[in-house]
Amino acid sequence: MSDEVVKLGSKKKSRFMDEVMQLLPEGGNLNLCLTCGACSSGCPATGLAGMDPRKFLRMAALGLDDEILKSDWPWMCTMCQRCIYVCPMKIDIPQLIYNVRGSRPRDERPKGILGSCDMALRNDSCSAMGASPEDFTFVVEDVLEEYQEAQPDFKDMQAPIDKKGAYFFLNQNSREPVTEPDELVPLWKILHLVGADWTYGSKGWAGENYCMFLADNENWEHITRTAAKQADDLGCKIFLNTE
Amino acid sequence: MKNIYEYYAKWIREGKLKVNSDWNKDLKIKFTVQDPCQIVRKSFGDPIAEDLRFVVKTVVGEENFIDMHPNRSNNYCCGGGGGFLQSGYKEARLQYGRLKDSQIQATGADYCIAGCHNCHAQIHELSEHYGGGYGVVHLWTIICLALGILGENEREYLREDLKEIAVYGA
Repeated sequence: MSDEVVKLGSKKKSRFMDEVMQLLPEGGNLNLCLTCGACSSGCPATGLAGMDPRKFLRMAALGLDDEILKSDWPWMCTMCQRCIYVCPMKIDIPQLIYNVRGSRPRDERPKGILGSCDMALRNDSCSAMGASPEDFTFVVEDVLEEYQEAQPDFKDMQAPIDKKGAYFFLNQNSREPVTEPDELVPLWKILHLVGADWTYGSKGWAGENYCMFLADNENWEHITRTAAKQADDLGCKIFLNTE
Repeated sequence: MKNIYEYYAKWIREGKLKVNSDWNKDLKIKFTVQDPCQIVRKSFGDPIAEDLRFVVKTVVGEENFIDMHPNRSNNYCCGGGGGFLQSGYKEARLQYGRLKDSQIQATGADYCIAGCHNCHAQIHELSEHYGGGYGVVHLWTIICLALGILGENEREYLREDLKEIAVYGA
């Protein structure tokens, strides 16, 4: 519970509520809350920063936008959507969280998330760890060659980049190529054994999208479109998420 | 847009991935699995959670798999998603993850399989922070272990109990 007594204005409108209601089908059902608390009782973020999902929604409904904006809680909610899953009215609180995140000036959002988003915008890899298409290609080729030589059963194993017409377009979390390249190999081995026709893209290969977590609409769309376009340009049939 | 869990399951069912749990028949190492919110609740729902369990049970043995509760689409988020790992609120993140850690510890499992990188990083930290000591591994690691094709340099996330088991080329 907060220490301060909350004072309600008489005619104050909530910008967050209105924005999200316009955005979502049925207005995200934001006005249908039964205040039952199912969301809060099963939310791992309940109690952090003196907040919980029900309280957050009530504050928005009451037009306490300024108080909401001051809270760090929107960055402690992971938008996992379990609150929607358990809600009898299927109220979309995570979309409210997302819009509140996006309402902070961009340079005042958490530095780590901001930095990872900006890193992804440095080149066409869209990697939150900043690895360029050249870095990625080098690591993949280098690791592949090493394993082809060292493990005779896998001398014909492939890890293609930009293979035209491949059936699967794979993404890859940056963690493996950047910090633990040997961990790339088990996935390649499985794909080799089943005879999968697959490729990475030199552009948009990175699986993570911190601009989305930053609630930076323009840039998360840019990252997603870069990956999707590369898959389309190569003529791939299935975009396969490897996480 | 598809997720690879679905294909692991399909390839096993089609006989393309000839995998079994013989390696764990005597060892009886216990596993649980994390349902990533992004893949299960937010994208493909319970059917992919079933595929995930089918794959895990096939590679570790049904008797060596213990589910968390609640699970599948009703599973708790581990706290690694939504940018929390990079947000700077470490204390809050670990507090958030307490529920997940309790869930995992209640299974008594030696390992939690986490196919999602955010889950993997967060649960790994939870295991150390709360002293559970369980390992956290990618699904592809255990599939390759069961196939006998996991080399010694591909075992970053295996604990001592599995470092020497079924090493390819040894």
